[in-house]
Amino acid sequence: MRGRAVTRAPRDIAHEGFLTHGRMRWAKVAGGLSVLAIVAYALVDQTPRPNGGTALGYLLGTLGLLLIVWLSTIGLRKRIITTKPYSLKAWTSAHVYLGLSLIVIGTLHAGFQLGWNVHTLAWVLMMLVIVSGIYGVVVYARLPAQLSANRNEATQPQMLEAIRTLDRQLDTAAQPLARAEADLVRLSLEECEVSGGLWQRLTARHPRCGNARARDAIQGLVNEQMRRAKPDPALTQILFLLERKDAALAQARRHIRMKTQLEIWLYLHVPMTIALLVALTAHVLSVFIYW
Amino acid sequence: MSDCYRIAIIGSGPAGLSAAARAAALGLSHVLLEKTDHLSDTIYKYQKGKHVMATPSQLVLRSDLAFDAGKRETVLGLWDNQTADHKVNVRRHAEIKSIVGTGDPIPGSIMKTVTRKRDGTSEIKEMQRLAPPYKLTLADGSEVMAETVVLAIGTQGNPNLMGCPGGNLPHVQYQLDDPAMYNDEHIFVIGGGDAGIENALGLAGDAAQGNVVTLVNRGGEFSTAKDANVKALMAARDAGRISIMLGTTTRSIEPGWIVLETADGEVRARCDRIIARMGSAPPRGFVEACGVEFASNDRLAFPKLSAVFESTAPGIFVIGALAGYPLIKHCMNQGHDVVEFINGNTSLKPADEPILEAKFAGLPGGRSVADWLELLRSNVGILNGMSPLQMREFMLDSQARAYRAGDVIFERNAPGSSLFGIAEGQVLVEVNPNDPSITVGLGKGEIFGEVGLISGRKRGATIRAGTDCILVEISRTAALKLMSAVPSASREVTRVTTERSLLQIFKSGLTPADLKDAVAAAKVETMKAGQALIKEGEEGDDIFIIRSGSMVVEKAIGGKPVFLSYVPAGSYVGEMAVIDGGRRTATVRAAVKSDVIRIPGEAFRPLLAAKPGLTARLREEMSSRTQLNSYIESKKDSFEGVVDMYTGVANFLVDNGVGEATDVLLIDETLCIGCDNCEKACADSHDGLSRLDREAGRTYAHLHVPTSCRHCEHPHCMADCPPNAIHRGPTGEVYIDDTCIGCGNCQRNCPYGVIRMDKVPPKRPWLISWMLFGQGPGPGEPGLKWKKKHADPEAPKKAIKCDMCSGQSGGPACVRACPTGAAIRVNPEQFLSVALLDRKGG
Repeated sequence: MRGRAVTRAPRDIAHEGFLTHGRMRWAKVAGGLSVLAIVAYALVDQTPRPNGGTALGYLLGTLGLLLIVWLSTIGLRKRIITTKPYSLKAWTSAHVYLGLSLIVIGTLHAGFQLGWNVHTLAWVLMMLVIVSGIYGVVVYARLPAQLSANRNEATQPQMLEAIRTLDRQLDTAAQPLARAEADLVRLSLEECEVSGGLWQRLTARHPRCGNARARDAIQGLVNEQMRRAKPDPALTQILFLLERKDAALAQARRHIRMKTQLEIWLYLHVPMTIALLVALTAHVLSVFIYW
Repeated sequence: MSDCYRIAIIGSGPAGLSAAARAAALGLSHVLLEKTDHLSDTIYKYQKGKHVMATPSQLVLRSDLAFDAGKRETVLGLWDNQTADHKVNVRRHAEIKSIVGTGDPIPGSIMKTVTRKRDGTSEIKEMQRLAPPYKLTLADGSEVMAETVVLAIGTQGNPNLMGCPGGNLPHVQYQLDDPAMYNDEHIFVIGGGDAGIENALGLAGDAAQGNVVTLVNRGGEFSTAKDANVKALMAARDAGRISIMLGTTTRSIEPGWIVLETADGEVRARCDRIIARMGSAPPRGFVEACGVEFASNDRLAFPKLSAVFESTAPGIFVIGALAGYPLIKHCMNQGHDVVEFINGNTSLKPADEPILEAKFAGLPGGRSVADWLELLRSNVGILNGMSPLQMREFMLDSQARAYRAGDVIFERNAPGSSLFGIAEGQVLVEVNPNDPSITVGLGKGEIFGEVGLISGRKRGATIRAGTDCILVEISRTAALKLMSAVPSASREVTRVTTERSLLQIFKSGLTPADLKDAVAAAKVETMKAGQALIKEGEEGDDIFIIRSGSMVVEKAIGGKPVFLSYVPAGSYVGEMAVIDGGRRTATVRAAVKSDVIRIPGEAFRPLLAAKPGLTARLREEMSSRTQLNSYIESKKDSFEGVVDMYTGVANFLVDNGVGEATDVLLIDETLCIGCDNCEKACADSHDGLSRLDREAGRTYAHLHVPTSCRHCEHPHCMADCPPNAIHRGPTGEVYIDDTCIGCGNCQRNCPYGVIRMDKVPPKRPWLISWMLFGQGPGPGEPGLKWKKKHADPEAPKKAIKCDMCSGQSGGPACVRACPTGAAIRVNPEQFLSVALLDRKGG
């Protein structure tokens, strides 16, 4: 029938971030799971000694394995956009808290027996994945507000375009200059990268930045001229443009630094997860074969 | 002077060409007059290779010329050939200056034209109509005589010409077909509207062309141009690619030179080419001078026509876009039909007959189409003023429906913007949502559903059929057209909305009779965005009902305006002063352009005195508002920063169009990690094209309004859609259907820039093959390169916008796919409330 009051598809209207999603539902679940595991570990009599071979050990191991496999599917969940109701935020929330609970579950499963073998390899990989994940949670919680403040309504393409515009203006403004001064401007135009290599992206430090060198040199020239008489207006114009470019570069580099920090850990987290899945397979197979 | 033609057809667009072809096929003496040197100028001016659409698809084409969707060149080539084949008598370079009758004066037929002057006064000229044959005077001074005239001149009008000396020199042009054609020239573009700016940017776009481009604008700023265009222009100026001369007019033009009058005096500059884009004069003046009367003084009104397209001047027929039919197929059919009519074929049924037959097919009574139209026209009050031809067109956009007693016509809170008229029977309005048994009846001739139409909001009440009834459901477009064409309909809708808003708001047993005085004294006023309706501290006791748009309520606390609340359409403000006397306690400003109904206090007070229940109800409402005020004031004392932030955020959101939104995507930038998964999800759930730009848009206090559809209460995009392809869907979403012809009007009309014109990219390889083997572009919208390589270059571009993921049970994909919960969709009523205060305070 037309004209019916159709209810909208259910949607999450609670304005909560992934850490507080559903009034911290998954923190509670994961916390409960960990406490349960610790209590069981303390109370259940495990002979000869706690390890993966006891009944509790099997239980924890199975739980841990299922959790790890499920946790790794978030990569698919994020990329396969289906039409049915789901919330990636809820997934992230569960991913974070259940992932953290693996520290307890995995370690208790091992019964604190660590050594130089394929079993410990899986534990170590798991811990590395978790540690990189914790880094991820920290940057996800801290950086977005800074990223937004630094962006100041400019988009990344706009930031880069602003730098290109300044380059064009510098190029035009440098036409009347003498060779030596023009060469200084060329430093800014030719020896100045916005992003650079991984280290530079991560730190936003560019000690050899051509623009900074050009700015310092031209500033020196202008200062020198000022002491004698009025400085060359063409040169002060260049200096003004170099300073503006400096500010634009700083903003873009901060933006890139934060974007890199928000992404870099995934380049550790994801491959390590794949390694963990391989190590887990080896661990499970070897346990069953050499039992 | 040549002989007298049977038919003179003016304009060789689809309508005129089709008419001429029919006349040629019937062997009538005819002439087709075209002002340019080519046929079908409007389509000729389309950019090269543009895809011409053939909508509505259900309409049968009835013309001697063929037409099918295709490239501009194909369509034009086909028509050129077929026009020649039919031996149509075409006269090019024949611009008509005037059409006057040469026969006797027609008794009692006087044409009145109203000319409105810039100072607001108007002048009425009267002209005695003369009988045919008509004398057509051409621009070159020659004359053509014709018994009948078919006006098919479209609505484009003529470009305003350069009036200065030298304005007729060959290097002055009024159109730019291909900016790439000109190299190393000094070019002046005259006019700072969108057309001028786009041309200037096009000419200066490629530095390798070496053009020196100057844009000359008469005013000091670019007030008529789109924001995006002005920004692009300023960027081009800052980059040194374009010079701009503001406050400048052209003094004279000489070969190779232009003389300009600037604020600092006269400037003579080198100039190889002048492109004048100074707007165009609509053809209405010319048409009126021929004795053709328009339906109203509304800017959008069309000529008054009979069922056979004859205007108020006997023997002058109007067809095509000028008659209100902008689509090519309509135009061609009318061209065919009008010549048949002129030739005396009275039995010809219009081409839309099968469509109308289908519309009336399911109804009881077995009437013919003409009978049905007449029944609706005479029974439904607001349709009385329509002509049979208007009724036909009106019905194409409307539906006649039969309901059995007890059927629900629409439910409370259902979205809907159509208006219903009762042709037969009676309906019941459930006035109390808690008790469906309390109803008010509406009978034959009355209308309902006007709240949805006027306010753009959800239905206010459930309506059931009281008896078996026949209703006409008038779509929003048809209703707006009706209101602009028939002033009495517009007045009636206003009266009914005022009365019903009052009844709905003040319930407590009022009857329409109680309200008679208040309704009679009520006035509709339009408020500009930001305009204050009520000012704090002022005297005044008028009550205002917000008919469309929305308001914000502010109060000065400690010298600063503090946001108190958001008031949507359908609510009222100003009641405190009526009850308590005294001065206004808060300022009420329009958040967007709004219509309000002003009811003077003196008309309202007797009502209050007579109905104590009403006073009690108002007091109740007032106390809840007072509570809110004091709550915010108390917060202000203890948490001043929080309240300032709250006001700042609320004003920011209102400034960014949230005030007219029904559902808007916001991004909490304290959570957004910039992964763009929202955009990818959007693209992946909609043919690979994202309808949102996360990063663009304004931000305030880490709250970001991305470039994405707000699903406005009165969508700007709907204003001018030739195939009428934009609708509001069942869950309130504004969407564009498949009949989009890609004209781009909606994109230009959207003030938020959320509509893009693009073609659907091809299917890409499966996700797993991307993940494992790197095939294809991966999730999200494919890059330009991949699209270019794999897409069909002939595919037409269509308008694309957010449809709120309607039909997907999971709801909006952008929100679902956000990993951190930064993306939220809100409606202003929920979000612009005290909850916002707690959000920032918490």
